[in-house]
Amino acid sequence: MFGYYMELAVRSLRRSKALTALMILAVALGIGASITTLTVLHVLSGDPLPGRSGSVFMPQMDPRDKERDDHPDELPTQVTWADGMNLLHAARARRQALMAAGSTPVQSDDLAIDPFIVPARYTTADFFAMFGVPFRYGQGWSATDDESRTRVAVIGGELNDRLFRGENSVGRTLHVDGADLRIVGVLAPWRAVPHFYDLNSGNYSVGEEVFVPLGTARAAKLKRNGGIECWGNKSSDEADMETANCVWLQFWVQLDDPTTVASYRRFLDGYVHEQVALGRFERPAVSALPNVMQFLDQQRVVPSDVRLQVWLALGFFAVCLVNTVGLMLAKFMRRAGEVSVRRALGASRRSVFAQLLVEAGVIGLAGGVGGLGVAVLGLAVVRMQPGASAELAHLDLTMLGATFVISIAAAIAAGLIPAWRTCRIAPALQLKSQ
Amino acid sequence: MLTDVRPIVSTLRRHRLTATLLVLQIALTCAIVCNAIFLIGDRVSWMLTPSGIAEGDLMRITVSDIGPRRDLHARVETDLATLRAIPGVQAVTVGNSLPFGGNAWNSGLKLDRSQQSPSATVAMFYGESLVETLGTRLVAGRVFRPQEYSWVDDLVAGKATSSHVAMVTSDLANRLFPGESAIGREVFVGGEPARVVGVLERLPAARVGAREDANNTLVMPWRMVPAYGGGYFVRARHGEAARVLKDAVAALKRAEPRRVVVEARLYSDIRGRYFATDRAMTVLLAAVSVALLVVTALGIVGLASFWVAQRRRQIGVRRALGASRTAILRYFQTENFLLASMGIVLGMALAYGINLLLMRQYELPRLPWTYLPVGAIVLWTLGQAAVLAPALRAASVPPVVATRG
Repeated sequence: MFGYYMELAVRSLRRSKALTALMILAVALGIGASITTLTVLHVLSGDPLPGRSGSVFMPQMDPRDKERDDHPDELPTQVTWADGMNLLHAARARRQALMAAGSTPVQSDDLAIDPFIVPARYTTADFFAMFGVPFRYGQGWSATDDESRTRVAVIGGELNDRLFRGENSVGRTLHVDGADLRIVGVLAPWRAVPHFYDLNSGNYSVGEEVFVPLGTARAAKLKRNGGIECWGNKSSDEADMETANCVWLQFWVQLDDPTTVASYRRFLDGYVHEQVALGRFERPAVSALPNVMQFLDQQRVVPSDVRLQVWLALGFFAVCLVNTVGLMLAKFMRRAGEVSVRRALGASRRSVFAQLLVEAGVIGLAGGVGGLGVAVLGLAVVRMQPGASAELAHLDLTMLGATFVISIAAAIAAGLIPAWRTCRIAPALQLKSQ
Repeated sequence: MLTDVRPIVSTLRRHRLTATLLVLQIALTCAIVCNAIFLIGDRVSWMLTPSGIAEGDLMRITVSDIGPRRDLHARVETDLATLRAIPGVQAVTVGNSLPFGGNAWNSGLKLDRSQQSPSATVAMFYGESLVETLGTRLVAGRVFRPQEYSWVDDLVAGKATSSHVAMVTSDLANRLFPGESAIGREVFVGGEPARVVGVLERLPAARVGAREDANNTLVMPWRMVPAYGGGYFVRARHGEAARVLKDAVAALKRAEPRRVVVEARLYSDIRGRYFATDRAMTVLLAAVSVALLVVTALGIVGLASFWVAQRRRQIGVRRALGASRTAILRYFQTENFLLASMGIVLGMALAYGINLLLMRQYELPRLPWTYLPVGAIVLWTLGQAAVLAPALRAASVPPVVATRG
């Protein structure tokens, strides 16, 4: 029966080509626009650490003085050197890492290659294991390397391609900013989207290519950059950052179950109270421990324009759908005569209804295919836009499936009212008027 | 024309669902297009925000040294001399940020040292002769004197003290001292006092949060160094910026081959990047608006064609009974006008609703009422244009159709 309905549908659609094309085009444009914008939203609001974001937390506190009361209700998202080191050495979480952003010139042994600047991260040993960073060669450094400020580095795959043509470079030397570091590991491609562990370097900034133990980076005076907030009149010269009244480091911990989360919360609260009692913290003892997704939500990472675009596309889709319903209704009603004959010859209301719905479904399917084309085109245009986030806009399987489900559901929903109206035509009336 | 209204209304009643759908489509289109045009206007006016600097002649070159950095100040002076020697260079300095340039340096500003919370968060600009290099207009007071400048790295390390003077923009001056002259007044920036010696026409921040705070900025008498994130700001003779940029990069590389040029851009390029997302959004809004209008127009054509085909016999009868072609044409035009009007009325209400939502989400101003008549005219015109071809086809139905079964 379905095959017969399909044949009828195709035949009927062929009869009015322009109208069919118009309906398919409207559905395709509406779906294409919606899928494009939804994909961008889906990518940008994604989970940077799938499977582990729920167990990675950012301890927050407020070490600032009373003088500058800029955002009393907003806790800094960074810590001072003193607090970072205290929490790191307390080692109360399963894993913890203290880090800062840098950018460092890299020189190649090949003199034909000009020195170039790459984004760097100065961090501690647990960074790789806590964030599940994959290695292609070698491994990260140890906590001992952190303490002894060993001159080692982990490099990204892209830098390894550029400097060593993708060979295993473990054991070789990396020349950065006047310091020589021994490479202990090379990463497989990895990028956290959003760049959650340090939003100061851009919500969707590209991954770092050089990773150096924090202590080593400080000892070798590697260039630091990134967000910094200072208070008071103490020197905030680069050489004095260990004692400066500035928050400039990010601190993250891994806590695997609710019990450890609760006990870490108590520990953090105790630490903050202790600092207030010691007179180091001047503001009220407040602390927080959001996990990755809570933190991203708090920081409103997804650009508001992206949400606006989704609403715009959905509005457009709604107009396209209304348009299609209207046209389909007109088309079905015009076939009142044909429907009456079929009804008079014994076709049940149900079978007429089913047949018309199949016709609507065919339009939906064609619109979905067209919509997919529009979305692929739309995403290609998005990727041509400037900005670190644009290049991330790729269609994944979820969105691909969603396209077809949405298009067929939309077309059938759009066909429902017209089909129902048409199958209720009383056969006698129509036949008589002919 | 008006005589047609009654028969039209009774016909539309019989096609209530189709008519309702068309009205709904026109209403949605009207609401979305009104808001989209409003958003476009909002973005465009933002993108055209004047910077008050010599945009066409400026460029920024950022370099990064490799290895330990010694003799910071001497190096800066050498580089500046190198740049000044390039033909076509009018002025050059090391500055911390440019209007809409990306990296902002913010600080809290107080009028009284003991004040609990700051009166404003201001973006700070510094660099020797920055105002003169950028071409910012001074509207009151004076610019800094040469002896008032001190090196920013010495200040940060506590090796020097500031000369306690500052220049503010007229926007900030009016905000801090409404109705009074700001010259000679004292402000506290990051806890340090500074006397206002000059008022600038405008100098928008490098990164703007709320647009009305764009000119919450001041200039400090600090000499910037590249190692602190400063860049060389070069102003070229008019029309020579592109060549000067190329020469300047080459000269800086020649002076010290062991360094990396991180950025070398004309100001127009820097500004273009800052507004890139706004430009993309504007294009998107415009494209969606056009697509909406096209889809709606095609929808009207499609529906009208169906109605004409469906009513061929009735039209024939009317023609046979003496109705002129014009009368038939008018009938369909009036019908479309009525439907469009209903859509527009509903669309206006919807437009305001959407605007209210946007106001809450995006801190947008209220939709000015002038958008409504413009939107109405656009949709009426669209409807009439779309219905013309089917209506003409209806008008050409010969009376003889009435006699055919």
